[in-house]
Amino acid sequence: MSYECGVFHTRYRSDMGLRPKPAQRIRLALFAAAVLVFPFFASPYWLDLANQVAIATVGAIGLNILVGYTGQISLGQGAFMAVGAYAAGLLTLNLGLPWGVSIVLACFITAAVGTFFGLPSLRLKGLYLAIATLAAQEIVQWLMVHWTALTGGTEAIVLPSPRLFGIRLNSAFSFYWIAVLAAAGTALFTANLFRSRAGRAFVAVRDQDIAASVIGVDVFRTKLLAFATSSFFAGLAGALIAFYRSIVTWERFTLEVSIVYLAMIIVGGLGTVRGSLFGAALITLLPALITNAGRALQETAPAVATLLPYAQQGVFGLVIILFLIFEPKGLSKLWGNVKDYFHVWPFAYRRG
Amino acid sequence: MADFLQLTVSGLSTGMIYALAAAGFVVIYKASDVINFTQGDLLLLGTYLIFFAVAQIGLPWSLGVLVTILLAVAVALAIERLVLRPLIGEPIISMIMVTIGLSSILRGLVNAIWGPAPRSFESFLPEGSVVLGPAVLSTGRLLSIPIALVVLAALWLFFRHTRDGIAMRAIADDQQAALSMGISIPRVFGVAWGLAAASAAIGGIMLGNIVGVTPNVAAIGLHVFPVVILGGLDSIRGAVVGGALIGLLEAYTGGYVGHGLNLVVPYAVLILVLMVRPYGLFGKEIIERV
Repeated sequence: MSYECGVFHTRYRSDMGLRPKPAQRIRLALFAAAVLVFPFFASPYWLDLANQVAIATVGAIGLNILVGYTGQISLGQGAFMAVGAYAAGLLTLNLGLPWGVSIVLACFITAAVGTFFGLPSLRLKGLYLAIATLAAQEIVQWLMVHWTALTGGTEAIVLPSPRLFGIRLNSAFSFYWIAVLAAAGTALFTANLFRSRAGRAFVAVRDQDIAASVIGVDVFRTKLLAFATSSFFAGLAGALIAFYRSIVTWERFTLEVSIVYLAMIIVGGLGTVRGSLFGAALITLLPALITNAGRALQETAPAVATLLPYAQQGVFGLVIILFLIFEPKGLSKLWGNVKDYFHVWPFAYRRG
Repeated sequence: MADFLQLTVSGLSTGMIYALAAAGFVVIYKASDVINFTQGDLLLLGTYLIFFAVAQIGLPWSLGVLVTILLAVAVALAIERLVLRPLIGEPIISMIMVTIGLSSILRGLVNAIWGPAPRSFESFLPEGSVVLGPAVLSTGRLLSIPIALVVLAALWLFFRHTRDGIAMRAIADDQQAALSMGISIPRVFGVAWGLAAASAAIGGIMLGNIVGVTPNVAAIGLHVFPVVILGGLDSIRGAVVGGALIGLLEAYTGGYVGHGLNLVVPYAVLILVLMVRPYGLFGKEIIERV
């Protein structure tokens, strides 16, 4: 914990609090209030985007646990989300389980699959592990399409809409509450995880794995635990997508998805919970913003509108590169800079 | 038997294109430790540039090849200077993501300029086919094998005998020691990217001749990984052998087994190699200390 000037703790309780400063608690309360009020004013279009952001936040936090906090690069996020989505879909469709139960089961199934694909991390790290997870992604993708008996192959699985007390839950408005609850739960869990023994072990493995094993961290067990935790949330995100869209197809979980999620945590900030939220929001909203800009330009410059899909691809790449070159710590650090500036404003005298 | 010969030739010719892409990957990895996810997009750029030069401008093919290679090298040098150089010394994840971002930009640019529809130009590798016993083999595919081998041999000779090649090996061995001996690292990194782009452009030109000009070419970029892992990340020889093996494996599983298994078998091999021999057939074993 690094402290800023002007922050004094006189009790251990306040020293170890999750959000020790009053300003932090006020900001959190304001944010929570905004989240609660938002759906009553937003149009269905923005509600849909908000749901996508919330689901992406769950997935991004999951990936950040593995990549940002434990330092194990994974290109298999899409595959893990696929496992979650297919597991949730098939459990509901074939066994007739209620949607809540199958989401929870799907998370555990994905955690098991993730642990299995984490096994190569016993010997591999860095680049080699990244390539191994790339292989995992390709293999799972192939299974989705070709294991017709289980997944239905290229045919999509269509799910019944989830209901609670007779209310259909996959409308944008009602699903909003589920998605936000999931995102908030994931964020709270993760923030607390890294104040615990297991979470500290994750960080130790990231910073220097050999040194971590010298001070008594079981490196392999820790890595597997990180894979399990991370893919648990990837599975949650996948299952949420399955029920929100009522349809599961392999096209939603390709390598592109893994890359998009990696981009989220890079742009947001590796190893931070709030960064996962920022990154998920930016990368999810970016295509929508470009599409809107394109629509606005359609009348004045129709030629520009036809280039739109390629512009999205290009801007996506450009955003990643600009962040890596100019702010490798991501939006989270930018937000921190803003806070620092106002912390002792107008007496600007400190560097965080 | 006819099937077998045909599959072998087509496997080897795809394998050699993999080898060209993989060699570019190896050169960059060896010199600068950068994991290059743009290799497939450099191939893509190669196929579209040769299409541009030969079909759109109407240059004779010899000049077209030269223009393609020069333009590809120029793009790679720009990438190295603008994007990679500020990131020297950053962690692996940044390197992976920056090249993924580049690949997204390159793909977007190529699609924006030439559109997503497949194009074609008149192939300048000799048309027709060679009858070899019961098998009929296309001359273009057969010819692409020696062409690739010549390029790869040239790369290998470059590493062994030229000043820049030896400097590159010195940097790969120990960057600090190389620096203190007066080797200019930015220059060597530039040379590495130029070479990688040139070999990818030649691969792209051959692909344009054999397969045609489509955006799908970029997908080959991912096939580079099984090849380089099998051959060893820092070995040109490994890239050739790995490329040939993966190409043949794909052709045989595609021809004899089917079910799209040829798409996934290279990755199964990759995992197997990683578990048993992570440094590949010819790679250098790394021993790590705290």
